[in-house]
Amino acid sequence: MTEDLPEHPDFLWRNPEPKRHYDVVIVGGGGHGLATAYYLARNHGITNVAVLERGWLAGGNMARNTTIIRSNYLWEASAGIYEHALKLWEGLAEDLDYPILFSQRGVLNLAHSQQDVREGARRVHANRLSGVDAHWLDPGQVKEVCPIVNISPDVRYPVLGATYQPRAGIAKHDYVAWGFARAADALGVDLIQHCEVTGIDVHDGRVTGLRTTRGPIGAGKVALSAAGHSSVLARMVGLDLPVQSHPLQALVSELLEPVHPTVVMSNAVHVYVSQAHKGELVMGAGIDAYNSYSQRGALRVIERQMSAALELFPVFARAHVLRTWGGIVDVTPDASAIVGLTPIDGLYVNCGWGTGGFKATPGVGWCYAHTVAHDEPHPLNAPFRLDRFSTGALIDEHGAAAVAH
Amino acid sequence: MSGDGLRHATEGRIDRGTVLRFRFDGTAYSGHPGDTLASALLANGVRRIGTSVRLGRPRGVMSAGSEEPTGVVQLEAPFPDPMRPATMVELHDGLVASSLSGRGRLADRPDPARYDAVHAHCDMLVVGAGPAGLAAASLAVRSGARVILADERPEVGGASPDTEGDDWFDRAGARVLTRTTVFGYYDDNYLVAVERRTDHLGAAAPGNLARERIWRIRAGQVVLATGAHERPIAFAGNDLPGVMLADSARTYLHRYGVLVGRRAVVFTINDSGYRVVADLAAAGVEIAALVDPREATGGTVGGQVGGRYGGHVVVAAHGDDAHGHDVLSTVDIEPVGGGPTVRVDADALLVSGGWSPVLHLYSQSGGRLRYDEVVGAFLPDGCRQAVTVAGAARGLTSTTACLVDGVDAARQALTALGITPVDWSPPSVGAGAEGPPPATAAPGGVPDLRFVPAEDYSTHFVDFQRDVTVADVLRATGAGLRSVEHVKRYTTAGTAHDQGKTSGLLTSAVVGQALDAGIAELGHTTFRPPYTPVSFAALAGRDRGQLYDPVRVTAIHDWHVRHGARFEDVGQWRRSWYYPAEGEGLAEAVRRECVAARTGVAFMDASTLGKIEVQGPDAGRFLDRLYTNVMSTLAVGAIRYGVMCGLDGMVFDDGTVARLAPDRFLLTTTTGNAGPVLDWMEEWLQTEWPDLAAWCTSVTDQWATVAVVGPRSRDVLARLAPGLAVDAATFPFMTWRDTVVAGLPARVCRISFSGELAYEVNVAWWHGLALWEAVYEAGAPYGITPYGTETMHVLRAEKGYPIVGQDTDGTVTPQDLGMAWVVSKKKADFIGKRSFARSDTARPDRKHLVGLLPEDPTLLLPEGVHVVDPACLAGGRLPEPPVPMLGHVTSSYRSAALDRTFALALVAGGRDRIGDRLYAPLDDGRLVPVTVAGPVLYDPEGARRDG
Repeated sequence: MTEDLPEHPDFLWRNPEPKRHYDVVIVGGGGHGLATAYYLARNHGITNVAVLERGWLAGGNMARNTTIIRSNYLWEASAGIYEHALKLWEGLAEDLDYPILFSQRGVLNLAHSQQDVREGARRVHANRLSGVDAHWLDPGQVKEVCPIVNISPDVRYPVLGATYQPRAGIAKHDYVAWGFARAADALGVDLIQHCEVTGIDVHDGRVTGLRTTRGPIGAGKVALSAAGHSSVLARMVGLDLPVQSHPLQALVSELLEPVHPTVVMSNAVHVYVSQAHKGELVMGAGIDAYNSYSQRGALRVIERQMSAALELFPVFARAHVLRTWGGIVDVTPDASAIVGLTPIDGLYVNCGWGTGGFKATPGVGWCYAHTVAHDEPHPLNAPFRLDRFSTGALIDEHGAAAVAH
Repeated sequence: MSGDGLRHATEGRIDRGTVLRFRFDGTAYSGHPGDTLASALLANGVRRIGTSVRLGRPRGVMSAGSEEPTGVVQLEAPFPDPMRPATMVELHDGLVASSLSGRGRLADRPDPARYDAVHAHCDMLVVGAGPAGLAAASLAVRSGARVILADERPEVGGASPDTEGDDWFDRAGARVLTRTTVFGYYDDNYLVAVERRTDHLGAAAPGNLARERIWRIRAGQVVLATGAHERPIAFAGNDLPGVMLADSARTYLHRYGVLVGRRAVVFTINDSGYRVVADLAAAGVEIAALVDPREATGGTVGGQVGGRYGGHVVVAAHGDDAHGHDVLSTVDIEPVGGGPTVRVDADALLVSGGWSPVLHLYSQSGGRLRYDEVVGAFLPDGCRQAVTVAGAARGLTSTTACLVDGVDAARQALTALGITPVDWSPPSVGAGAEGPPPATAAPGGVPDLRFVPAEDYSTHFVDFQRDVTVADVLRATGAGLRSVEHVKRYTTAGTAHDQGKTSGLLTSAVVGQALDAGIAELGHTTFRPPYTPVSFAALAGRDRGQLYDPVRVTAIHDWHVRHGARFEDVGQWRRSWYYPAEGEGLAEAVRRECVAARTGVAFMDASTLGKIEVQGPDAGRFLDRLYTNVMSTLAVGAIRYGVMCGLDGMVFDDGTVARLAPDRFLLTTTTGNAGPVLDWMEEWLQTEWPDLAAWCTSVTDQWATVAVVGPRSRDVLARLAPGLAVDAATFPFMTWRDTVVAGLPARVCRISFSGELAYEVNVAWWHGLALWEAVYEAGAPYGITPYGTETMHVLRAEKGYPIVGQDTDGTVTPQDLGMAWVVSKKKADFIGKRSFARSDTARPDRKHLVGLLPEDPTLLLPEGVHVVDPACLAGGRLPEPPVPMLGHVTSSYRSAALDRTFALALVAGGRDRIGDRLYAPLDDGRLVPVTVAGPVLYDPEGARRDG
């Protein structure tokens, strides 16, 4: 499992000066923005496109997540878009001609109480009807999939079973972002870095362009894709998004010989962990409770997460934390994303992925590009409309997915 | 190289009289107390101590500190510990270590060590006990401040302590934490350190002592005297064992009495290399060559030098056939800009590419850094937090300057604290300890030399642990990358164990040269905690095992254990699940318990229900806003069921409200939600309605509660509470009475979660067991039976009472549950009211809680299975996914009272489907027909409950 990483290609992307006008400008050069640009060009032939990135390309949550990919969501709407993404993941390395290291090593979601067991069973049944691979494992089967999980009944919260999605797994996040970026660049998309949007121009209810730190840029359509800062952008046009931003921390250990063959997530003993290709343990847990735009969190959250990790994996005791970091996640009231039209013509929004955006990357890109190209949502993102918070047609993943995406 | 003669006769702070035995890669060696594993290996002539991760190249020790990029080993005994810098492992008897190729190994057995954490507060935290830190701490102590001084090394004095010592430092006046690394700097001057307390003791470590301790320090002021790291220079073969950072050779000499070689070449671009030459020459090391790209070098050389190569650079380091190709044998020297090569034999090549102030903590604190062209490194440039940087950490290089700067920093910090600094300075240090002038400011200095120009950069290493070379960095910039963050990710430079302590600036310099950009413009990659790696176990501390989340048990728990109860975890509580008699499983026990409750009398421990008392003149108004129904009209002595919703109108919790007095209410919550409900109430009171005079107190652990349930419960209570009128007219349903039960002051509530005649008797927690035993005894003539949560679930489900969290999932309104009656139409507002008007929330085909009766009355539907409309079936089979789902089974039981199985389910438009047949697809592929029913399957009139 631990292996040398494949080399990146010799050439990734141009660094062009921004043009004065684009058919579509995507704000936010993260995974979602880059995937959207790629699919706009590839699926819809729209190539006069710029991606504007305030900092360095894919330097936000795309560079900070724990790279877990799965589609075993409870609700049909969620399973639909995540499963579409998973199917795209399965062909993505070939499609992008980039070694994204997508490893379908499976994901276990552990159950520690009768209530967890009920929720897990419910999700497995729902997943199967949605066409998502899902299994219920008893503790012995959990041990077979992941031998280092402590399934002793004598611990504080014993493992009572787990849901298991074999097709789930991990990928190498930078490689994914750069794969999309390189492919989009090759199709003619301009990737403009260090270009912060300072204003959005709207005339007669229609978006016409952007003001940026690199000058004004005209745009036929503007697609926002800025995760934790989406609400800041939307406010420029008076749009109040139902999004709260929180820090979410993660960490890695040193490189270790292979010990952990899959991905394990637990809500009750709150941690999620995998061992990346090079050998480092990659872990995360819950968000920091306080709202913030700073990419840093409190140590208490990390300490609690380590306690949880050692409950599940006593062998991790002497592993070392090399680095902790934080990203900014945008959380909606129902913990599901917002992808679709806005009250302003030509302005589209993609945000609210909270802690689960990475796994959706190709699926969002596909559907969001469709939305922008056709000025109407793709069927898979139609339920994720902005106005559901006023109609009440929520997609509440709190119930079974809780925080640990 | 053999180890003979590599130990200096007198230098060092080791205990030569004591011999410590250790093994490395299977070979036995010896060393002395005071050694690190690295110094002992060097003293034994062991140069190669690892293999690089990607290229498989030999690697040795490069430094003498925590910045060590290559000398990283696996400890095997006393306990396996992965990836430890040999420079930071204190030698002890019996240590066993082995070399690595870039990856560590975890133990396959549990770690027996203990870990803990302490909180500490101080006026001033000084990080780093070198000259600046000691001086700062000393002034602060003398001025009366509470001081913590922390240093990662085993003793104070700094990286390479000068022999003059530090007698002026009063250890007793401060809390001095050695072997303690401050690794994180968070908001509000909250810093976190890890103290290594037992590793240096080896097998002699007392088992009761925590191996590592986390210090959580809140400091009024922080002085960062964190020193500086020497930088390598990239040239061909600069990773070969024998190539080291120059000043570490001084440290090995002065601290450990170890000569890093017998014949050394010193390659420096700044004057600090000259003190290395002087000290090593004085210790008897032959200095084969001194190489300095500057034509005119500063200072004289205090020692014999074989060759002085001003205006030259080292272009390559090699092994040879005679000594092997995995250690240094020869050094190639050329004039700057090219020219004839001079090859010099050497077993040590000591490199100084200048000094980088250690500003990791400063940057973590939110401090800005600016690139300083003179120092050739980043320096502190302002921070919002109460922090001062002193000494080498802000680019100073002489010991005297650092001492003076430490005092100045402390004076500033003390003044900011409102403490008057005393007039004190450390005694001036001797001339011998005087360091060189600032690094690259020497007259005639060349531009920063970070890497030596060459045709082939494939062995010019910038990151030694990740095997990243100048060629790799140039490939990254060639690919179009402009950001140092991108280059880091493309090459992996700076992502290893050392997090780029020695490689960061070097990488930036290569990027800068490739892009014709300055380092100042490129900036630096982000510094993140921890400063050095911290074990998972240390961070977890004591919050493991039973202390991970302490189990909450009731006052009656021991009785349950004695009577053979099986338990389940509900939130933090451990509750009785069922009480199997001899030979019974869950199903049999629950059936027996249910029958007892429905036909005789049974009792359960309900102490875990959340209990919150709300007091104040506005308590009633507050509860009216909190619950969907009206609570303010409740009469004293009465009880009302209530539901709380979130802002989205979805059920959040339910329970009862008893009015104890006009301004006093007692709420119950579900067991798992007691904390969240109290948080919710406080959030509204504190942030939205601070005008309300109402106060909340958790009283969950103050009251033990015993539910006495069943047709004979009145008889049992009558026997126990002779003073209480128990007849239905005097003590009706949904009222409470204060009385004496079994001789104990008690509050009896006539409420029922079973649908039977029932009483909940509340007594003070410490009387819980006495009450329980009295009830057991009084009920014995009626065959009173203890029951657990499973029977409670069955009984309530037969009555269609939902359990929040089981039959709801945050998407269910009270109306969905068939409880429109609990939602007030009269109240002006309450939490969730507005959401009920939303179009989707008002849809008639929302999912409703209904009963499901499998057509086979013996078939128990698994909880969580879904139901589908027969109309979607094709030929009696499910269509291809996605299959439209109508809803799912939330609860499913065998019912003794109904003499059949039944379930509760959330089903789309369920109330309009009553009587319809739906299908439940099971795991095994069967499609099970079920009939939709109303949710109340037992005693729908409520006659038994009200009796």
